[in-house]
Amino acid sequence: MRFVDEFRDADVAQALAAQIIDLCEPGRQYKFMEVCGGHTHTIYKHGLEDYLPANITLVHGPGCPVCVIPMGRVDDAIHLAEQPDVIMTSFGDMMRVPGGRGSFFDSKAAGADIRMVYSPLDSLKIARQNPDKRVVFMAIGFETTAPSSAMTVLRAAAEGIDNFSIFCNHVTIIPAIKAILDSPDLRLDGFIGPGHVSTVIGCRPYEFIARDYGKPLVCAGFEPLDILQSVYMLLKQLAEGRSEVENQYTRVVPWNGNLKALQVIGQVMELRPYFEWRGLGFISHSALRVREEYAGFDAERLFDVPGVRVADPKACQCGEVLKGVLKPWECKVFGTACTPETPIGTCMVSSEGACAAYYNFGRFSRERVKEATRT
Amino acid sequence: MNHMCLGIPGEVIELLPDRPDLAKVDVSGVKRSINIGLLENETLEPGDWILIHVGFALSKIDEQEAKAALDFLEGIGQAYADELAALQDSRIE
Repeated sequence: MRFVDEFRDADVAQALAAQIIDLCEPGRQYKFMEVCGGHTHTIYKHGLEDYLPANITLVHGPGCPVCVIPMGRVDDAIHLAEQPDVIMTSFGDMMRVPGGRGSFFDSKAAGADIRMVYSPLDSLKIARQNPDKRVVFMAIGFETTAPSSAMTVLRAAAEGIDNFSIFCNHVTIIPAIKAILDSPDLRLDGFIGPGHVSTVIGCRPYEFIARDYGKPLVCAGFEPLDILQSVYMLLKQLAEGRSEVENQYTRVVPWNGNLKALQVIGQVMELRPYFEWRGLGFISHSALRVREEYAGFDAERLFDVPGVRVADPKACQCGEVLKGVLKPWECKVFGTACTPETPIGTCMVSSEGACAAYYNFGRFSRERVKEATRT
Repeated sequence: MNHMCLGIPGEVIELLPDRPDLAKVDVSGVKRSINIGLLENETLEPGDWILIHVGFALSKIDEQEAKAALDFLEGIGQAYADELAALQDSRIE
């Protein structure tokens, strides 16, 4: 109850908390995975774990696109950035992600032309302004950003801009959830489904989780109340012996997703046979590449990409954190060798990464808990 | 430094007749062009709210949700400030 007063609707939160406790079967332990890094952020920021009854554990999933990119792909991207006449462009959150031989920031400091952009369309603009350069966009993210990359390729094609390409690292959320469901390490009771990915893919693709694995999933918004309500909806399904896909975030997520966004992804990109995920290994049909029809905009076809494979640092346990097997603070190097300033693992880099979220907020809420119990 | 996962709400202030794929949008006072091509199945007018990811509107939302999302984003502090700073540098055409 400690943090209820921080929520905008304290009364609703209190009522929800009471209902959550009522729905718990006595003696049963519940484990729910929040797939999306944005949810992890909210959970730590508001100390939601301390606030739920002790028999409910929230485990963090793989839904942080920066966190799941393998070190070898970062090295490949740096290799591209170092080619003659190349301007590499990237979202800001990618800049500090360490590969086997440093990050974009390190490479930039060493002289490579690497620029932060807000949007792939800003990258396209750089290409327009620099016709004598080859501009590559480091395309990363789940289905929330894939349509933007696809739209930008279509725009480049329409305008006939031939010095723009994307280094496509887009991943898809469903195979990652399936890999976690098939992993023997973890027994889950249900999922808090991602919010913004679902605005694109809708709720249907999750139906196999309910149907084939018998686990409920609730697509959730990003406010504390949204997450509490989703936990309530999951518990209600379990109490009634149901496993269904439900949508708590109806104010933003349409059941069928954004059909236009799905259409442009399909037009420009196709599934790769397999792709490596940091910590999760190779997962079949889990990532996108540029279709042959748009080969002129595909950095992997235009350049000689080395295809580097780098094993994750031994000390780093991001893989376990991404699968929800370890809590951030249970990692051997958390907060000591690995901090947001000098990250060893990707989970510490992005503010959506479980480790960075816990490092930035979790510690403080724990301290506040101590304080509250003292007074 | 921007955070690609953040969906940020913006209010449509102007549609551009010669560029139907773009709209002028106000995000917490920062006015920039945003691509609305992914919402071609929706009708958009000035005053409507949209949820923006990396320069593209992904969904149309109601004003109440936009306000709630803004409260949330303002609450997360630095990450949203970073996102706005990145948007400020954006010059989508």
